[in-house]
Amino acid sequence: MEAQNHMSVRFDAKSVNEGLARMVVAAFMTDMNPTLEQIADVKTAVSEAVTNAIVHGYEEEEEKQVELVCDRKNRQLMVSVEDHGVGIENLEEAMQPFYTSKPQLERSGMGFSFMEAFMDKIEVSSRPGEGTKVMMWKYIEGDSEQ
Amino acid sequence: MELTYEMQGDRLVVSVPRELDHHVAQSMSREIDFLADTWHAKTVLFDFSETEFMDSSGIGVLIGRKKNMEMHNGTVLVRNLGERAGKIFEKSGLNRIIKEEK
Repeated sequence: MEAQNHMSVRFDAKSVNEGLARMVVAAFMTDMNPTLEQIADVKTAVSEAVTNAIVHGYEEEEEKQVELVCDRKNRQLMVSVEDHGVGIENLEEAMQPFYTSKPQLERSGMGFSFMEAFMDKIEVSSRPGEGTKVMMWKYIEGDSEQ
Repeated sequence: MELTYEMQGDRLVVSVPRELDHHVAQSMSREIDFLADTWHAKTVLFDFSETEFMDSSGIGVLIGRKKNMEMHNGTVLVRNLGERAGKIFEKSGLNRIIKEEK
């Protein structure tokens, strides 16, 4: 049987909403019967993407909007995080482990590495001056079929 | 977000919050730096027993504190890492830089 679900949420680019985004995605995927570890992995990846949007995309302009989309097709979960901020000039450089454009803020440069480590696949599209969209997929095997 | 800090001998013990993310990272770092300096702490010990979530912003906090402490010949330790923070430490290689007190 086909199981599909879709959700989109927009929220202010405030750091307090990083926790909100994690909770919303965790709630969305509950229906897929994930393991606790799968939920924690997805929450970590979402937190990284949303933090990037707030810190880098919008440079902490709190009234700007971050868009979070979740899409389920059977056991495949897709999560995307999009901002309409500054964009990334050099994507290859930005995705290098430990690279950060803001070392003075004690960013570890592990954001994209964590998204890659905790999800099955990620795709990043970005245009300077227009914004950045991160799409991430994870296959949720599930504890048991409902 | 209320954080708890306690001096035990020359160690500043930090009770890491339930969720360690970018939202708490900056104020937490500022408070630790201020207290470690004021109380002349030789070690900052991060206790993760209450922590259920940590992302790469937490790594920034730990590495930043380690750099600061080492400027005055101090150190940073962690304890009670648990499953989740343990996985983050392992994936990032932080476990090779910061020791866990058993």
